[in-house]
Amino acid sequence: MAKITMREAISQALWEEMERDESVFIMGEEVGIWGGTYAVTRGFYDHFGEKRVRDTPIAEMVIVGAANGAAMAGLRPVAELMTINFAFVAMDQIVNQAAKLRSMFGGQFTLPLVIRTVGGGGRQLAATHSQTPDAVFAHFPGLKVVAPGTPHDAKGLLKSAIRSDDPIMFIENATLYQVRGEVPEEDYLEPIGVSKVQRAGDDVTIITYSKMLQYSLDAAEELAKDGIEAEIVDLRTLRPLDMKPVIDSFKRTNRAVIVEEGWRSYGVGAEVAARLYEEAFDYIDAPIRRVAQKEVPLPYNQALEQEALPQREDIIEAVKGIV
Amino acid sequence: MDKENMLDLFREMVLIRHLEERAAELYQEGKIGGFLHLYIGQEAVASGIIAAREPRDRILTAYRDHGVAIAAGIEAKVVMAELLGKKTGTSHGFGGSMHMADVDKNYWGGHAIVGSHLPFAAGMAFADQYREEDNVTICFFGDGATNIGFFHEALNLSAVWDLPVLWVCENNQYGMGTAVKRASALEEIHKKADGYGIPNSRVEGMDVMKVYEAARDAIEHVRNEGPYFLEIMTYRYEGHSMGDPERYRSKEEVGQWEENDPVGIFRTFLLDGGHAGEDELNRLEEGVIDEIQEAVKFAEESPEPTWEDLINTVYVEEYRDEQWPR
Repeated sequence: MAKITMREAISQALWEEMERDESVFIMGEEVGIWGGTYAVTRGFYDHFGEKRVRDTPIAEMVIVGAANGAAMAGLRPVAELMTINFAFVAMDQIVNQAAKLRSMFGGQFTLPLVIRTVGGGGRQLAATHSQTPDAVFAHFPGLKVVAPGTPHDAKGLLKSAIRSDDPIMFIENATLYQVRGEVPEEDYLEPIGVSKVQRAGDDVTIITYSKMLQYSLDAAEELAKDGIEAEIVDLRTLRPLDMKPVIDSFKRTNRAVIVEEGWRSYGVGAEVAARLYEEAFDYIDAPIRRVAQKEVPLPYNQALEQEALPQREDIIEAVKGIV
Repeated sequence: MDKENMLDLFREMVLIRHLEERAAELYQEGKIGGFLHLYIGQEAVASGIIAAREPRDRILTAYRDHGVAIAAGIEAKVVMAELLGKKTGTSHGFGGSMHMADVDKNYWGGHAIVGSHLPFAAGMAFADQYREEDNVTICFFGDGATNIGFFHEALNLSAVWDLPVLWVCENNQYGMGTAVKRASALEEIHKKADGYGIPNSRVEGMDVMKVYEAARDAIEHVRNEGPYFLEIMTYRYEGHSMGDPERYRSKEEVGQWEENDPVGIFRTFLLDGGHAGEDELNRLEEGVIDEIQEAVKFAEESPEPTWEDLINTVYVEEYRDEQWPR
């Protein structure tokens, strides 16, 4: 298997699906002539042409809104929002429209829509450009929310998302684009809504996703030096939330730390912890811990930004506190 | 337009009028819930515009959508069933008054977040352009929607991408209770389209034949040359929705507009032009009254949608979560 970057994996997924299906097109700010602000769609404009690689005005409401309309009319749009922070500008089209159009009209509309976007902090972009609000979108029934943590999953999940008939928020992380991982040469899909054990262990279950998967894997190696073997369950999809691998693991380890980059309150950790209390109460041997972003708007100042973001050391400390 | 089509159009406008009057009664009786926005007074707009479309042309509108639904060819009984929240309704009872659609009739809703459907229209028109189909997307919206961001982003995109959309502003003079001049920098709303280089015109909206003729030309333009913007001057005789105290306008003002009743104007046109006799029109009206009665009966006797029906509308594909939708 070849080792490629997350950027290459995502780019390959888009390219292959566009080659495979004429009804797939991409639209968004700077996806065309520029080649994508994160260079994910470099070369697409020249290869697929202006018809299928649509540069849009800087107008998020109509980017998602027109993608909703095109999807209802039978195309398969991949609408790119340059960052997830700009998704708030398009919030109505995402949560009032994409999530609800099918149900509210009795199932007669189908929205085979992917909204590709990028979240995450740590790049000194200050408060409005550094958010990880994944849980916000996972709140809404009608949407599916996918957030991969490895190149392998990014490619397989994005291809599944493009082929899916449901509207999907596909959330990438800006600091993961350079991460390398093994990706099969042949065509493959990863199923949406299936959590995956990314590291085996018996002492504690770490539940995480996206960038924090990488941090958790690093933390687990450190913990192993102290004889603590962490099992890591990667959610990969926040909605639907596949708890089965989490609960299976927890029933063995009886201890859980949930790690997310977003803010703690009302977050992914809160949801996963609540589910563990509901479904595995008899297996709890220690308080369930959350590692998350401190609840401040992220500052430009580098030291303070890192202070607010969850770190590998925070994961190690949380695990050591309960084993 | 030949005589038969004119009489169909007259019957349709009368049907909308009676359907809306009956809906108001059912609302008072507590049989219709939620919000109810009546189309009474505006019948000539939907009827005139939609009479000029080809069946392949798409229609979208805002939440004042029953009249548009009828004009798009949806049966009164299906509209009535949706108003009563029944499984046989346009949206299986999940949308209600504000969210009716029928894809088979190329009627794409019924959208109640002001302005939200204008981007859909752009996207649908893009899909047609992408597939090289010469359909026109006809998008109705109120004067109030022309002050929201969706309007400007969607008009701009339709011009930049040269999309086959007919933008139809139904200017009924008030966005809820706020007069156009109190909310919009331009009172002549069609001139907003100038800002996007979209050709436009303003049309008297109480005379269905004038609306029809303007729509026919506008649709022709869109099909061949790109987006067009029509502002149709109209008036709603009832409140914004049921229970509107109407403090923002006088009885005299409403009365003046009622003298220009679109149904009355068209009736006079048909009689004076020798297109129909009194008896003929009266018979049509009696047929409409029977149809509404049957529609109510159908709606009342229709089954309620089930919980299972609801769950099945949320996602197309497998949803792996043992707790959902608990």
